[in-house]
Amino acid sequence: MSHSESKIIEQLHSDHHHEQAHGSVKSYLIGFALSVILTVIPFYVVMTGDFSKTTTLWTIVTLAIVQIWVHLKYFLHLNFVTEDGKASSMSFLFSALIIVMVVGLSVWIIYESNAMMMY
Amino acid sequence: MNSIATNFDAIKIDDTHDHAHEHHDSGGNTVFGFWLYLMTDCLLFASFFATYAVLFMNTAGGVSGKEIFELDFVAVETAALLLSSITFGFAMITAHAKKKSLTLLWLVVTFALGAVFIGMEVYEFHHLIEHGNGPQRSAFLTSFFSLVGLHGLHVTAGLIWMTVMMLEVSRRGLTSQTTTRLNCLSLFWHFLDVVWICVFTVVYLMGAM
Repeated sequence: MSHSESKIIEQLHSDHHHEQAHGSVKSYLIGFALSVILTVIPFYVVMTGDFSKTTTLWTIVTLAIVQIWVHLKYFLHLNFVTEDGKASSMSFLFSALIIVMVVGLSVWIIYESNAMMMY
Repeated sequence: MNSIATNFDAIKIDDTHDHAHEHHDSGGNTVFGFWLYLMTDCLLFASFFATYAVLFMNTAGGVSGKEIFELDFVAVETAALLLSSITFGFAMITAHAKKKSLTLLWLVVTFALGAVFIGMEVYEFHHLIEHGNGPQRSAFLTSFFSLVGLHGLHVTAGLIWMTVMMLEVSRRGLTSQTTTRLNCLSLFWHFLDVVWICVFTVVYLMGAM
């Protein structure tokens, strides 16, 4: 491989990284379209009230988690490809773990103690 | 002797080059540092969500979520915020392409959509307080006003920051420092959108079920 060839490949590689870090019109439009669909469905499910409470609850929670993932990928550009992306993604996953523990365990403890006070 | 001196010069040039490179990298560090701040902000929001989850049933004989939440109103608020996310995305794309006036245009559009969101939230709060459902009425309303209000304050801060950035872009152009700052604001804005997904799911949709 000649020097100029390797330079071109390097350039392409960094262009790809550049897109990973800042996004393109296309990636923003894909993210936006997904996000609209994932917002309309839960609102529709709750506003019509056609479904059972359990179905509705699971639908809106699942779609919210999927939508958060869409926003993280397409708008906040979290990835495991670039060095910066890895660092950001890992710090997000760590925060998510802490949040699940703080919120989940607090709610569990308080609801259990509430139930014990009642009976 | 002369050649050694030239070599020293070469080393010196190399040194300044390295330094410049280091300085360039600090833009990435700034953005990463700001991301870490956002992660701590996540924890703040998480504790407000936990408080809301614990207190939302304690209505003290007053209104519950089902009676006060108007989902079509919230849907319009959500639409404004979602649209503002993609318009900010376009602002960032044009900023990286160094198109100053287009960047400013998209920032203005984003600001307008953010202002619509905040205006609607202020109207909702005012409406609730006017009908005697202020934050002092019950533990449910206190936690509701705190959680939704905290998000609203963040969006307001984002709008102020956006105004400052519009002035900076129009006066100084899209220098690398300004672009770094715009990058941080972009993270902040999209992050608030993610928090809003949790708010409309946990507070409004679950409350109105």
